[in-house]
Amino acid sequence: MIEKEKINWIYKKIFTIRFFEERIKKIAKEKTVPGYLHTCIGSEAICVGVMAALNQDDWISSTYRNHGHAIAKGCELNEITSEIYGRKTGICKGRGGSMHISDFSKGMLGSFGIVAAGPAVVLGAALQEKINKSNKTCVSFFGDGAIHNGAFHEAAGLAKLWDIPMIFVCENNGYAEATATDWHLNTKELSDITKAYDMLSYIGDGNNVFEVYDISKKAINEAKQKNTPIFLEFKNYRFSGQYEGDTQLYQPQEEIDKAKQNDPIKLAKENSSKYGLNKNDLEKIINEAKEEVDKAFDFADTQPWPQPEDALEEVYVNYPVEINR
Amino acid sequence: MTIKTVKDAINDALVQSFEEDKNVILMGEDIAGGKGREQYQGTQDAWGGPFGVTQGLYTKFGGERVRDTTIAEAGFFGAAIGAAMTGLRPIVELMYVDFAGVCFDQMMNQAAKVRYMFGGKQKVPMVVRTVVGAGFRAGSEHSQTLYSLYTHIPGLKVVAPYDAYDAKGLLLSSIKDDDPVIFMEHKRLYMTSCEVPDDLKPIPLGKGRIRREGSDVTIIAIQRMNLFAEEAADELEKINISCEIVDPRTYSPLDEELIFQSVKKTGKVIVVDESNPKCSLASEISSLISEKCFSDLKAAVIKITAPHTPVPFSPPMEDFYIPSTKKIIDAVKKLKDV
Repeated sequence: MIEKEKINWIYKKIFTIRFFEERIKKIAKEKTVPGYLHTCIGSEAICVGVMAALNQDDWISSTYRNHGHAIAKGCELNEITSEIYGRKTGICKGRGGSMHISDFSKGMLGSFGIVAAGPAVVLGAALQEKINKSNKTCVSFFGDGAIHNGAFHEAAGLAKLWDIPMIFVCENNGYAEATATDWHLNTKELSDITKAYDMLSYIGDGNNVFEVYDISKKAINEAKQKNTPIFLEFKNYRFSGQYEGDTQLYQPQEEIDKAKQNDPIKLAKENSSKYGLNKNDLEKIINEAKEEVDKAFDFADTQPWPQPEDALEEVYVNYPVEINR
Repeated sequence: MTIKTVKDAINDALVQSFEEDKNVILMGEDIAGGKGREQYQGTQDAWGGPFGVTQGLYTKFGGERVRDTTIAEAGFFGAAIGAAMTGLRPIVELMYVDFAGVCFDQMMNQAAKVRYMFGGKQKVPMVVRTVVGAGFRAGSEHSQTLYSLYTHIPGLKVVAPYDAYDAKGLLLSSIKDDDPVIFMEHKRLYMTSCEVPDDLKPIPLGKGRIRREGSDVTIIAIQRMNLFAEEAADELEKINISCEIVDPRTYSPLDEELIFQSVKKTGKVIVVDESNPKCSLASEISSLISEKCFSDLKAAVIKITAPHTPVPFSPPMEDFYIPSTKKIIDAVKKLKDV
């Protein structure tokens, strides 16, 4: 049984992310913002479902497809949007951009543009928690493409060897960039790769936010109880291209149409009455989410650009020699 | 005063740092060594790293803080970054700097950049201890110095001590530093020794050292090259040529002022670097001098480096590869006549 407050939170976040990413798609088409944009349309339920099982000070890592994780982890919408616009008031002061939306004060260790960079970093945070006998949950998000990268395997091996209770969350969205998952996998199921590490793994429907939440919560408890890492594979579909502007010629229309029947937003709406939300409640949440997203984009658009020389700041904590020479 | 080897001075700095700060941990391949074997487990360490530098730490501080890893540099380097961000001060050992390639992403793209690209909210206080240097008949993949590889990357600091005094003082500072530091230990210097006070204070990063005062020629020597510079200066003194030896000690940050002061004094400069010549510390320092001290120079800066080749194995070839005392003497004589 999930408490009412959490249900409202889940619905608010899942709609916020979808509306946010739809606005990103729009500005990408209009070419009104600089830089690469990667949207997470289709993985909202994973972002929200996992984060619903976490506290705000728990540690996560994300990737270049991070908007949903950042929103669900509690980063400020205005700051996220300003960052994407390259403005001084952005969450990373304009130095990161869309691929690096991350707020350490909200438990984000980083959003990495390098595939599979995150798991080892989270392993380190989890090792710190273990050494300091602290109990924060540590979760690394990555896509199905990352499971072929050595850095993932090295982190997985050490996590198991050292009995580190971290959670690996693989968003199996059907594509590693433009390469289909059913082509790049060597195993029947993606999560079979954990067999080499004798690591527990569970597979869930990444379109169903409540299933994601349920599996995540159980996995976190089990990992801590057994002092062991756990690998979660959530299957979903990447409606977006690899990046905004991707022609997506490699994604067949019939595949997209079929996936739409399991769209996480559609499922969340269908399930709403089951979780005690009536039509009015749902409408209110949807309107609030939409309004907040609109406000954030209006805010970002009015924000000042950084000064060119701001580029020289915060390379080091302390550096006794002039940086700009 | 106690006479210490570089190896023992580094071990001392590690022990002292472990005692002073419970957040200091050490991770690396075989830094304890032999741990899996019953006769060693929990009671003593066997290897202490391939050069025995970390010997005794596992026994003294236990397996929670002194962690033998698998041969998975990307894994434990990444872990050091996450551990550093969340409050520990990890030291990781890269057994040979030649293995930099398998974990360079972690240093170049994560350790060096997370502070900057995530808006200055976090810091990465980690140290990479690594072994550099030719002259060990160790072949092309266990003999490089690669100083400039890390010095090139904004966000990283690079330290390369010559003697035991600097090794201890600079390692103490590196571990206390809030930025990621690459601490390079030369395998041919481990057994060299000098006086090291027991209560040596940390030596700040970015401060070079005049190893020998002189008036005719400035020799800027990088790490082990200080040995050859000293030998050359001794020889040259006999024929009344006075050499000043500058040891920058740290390369990012670099004590540019100390270098410039010496150049102003002598007007004649030799930079000696064991690395390959292209985009090296030698070329960087030489270019800085040309740019900032052009009017003080009486002759073009001379660079003495290894050739643009991998490190060869066979002794005659390897000895030819490494800059020598003779090459420095010849260069000084050439400059003296200018």
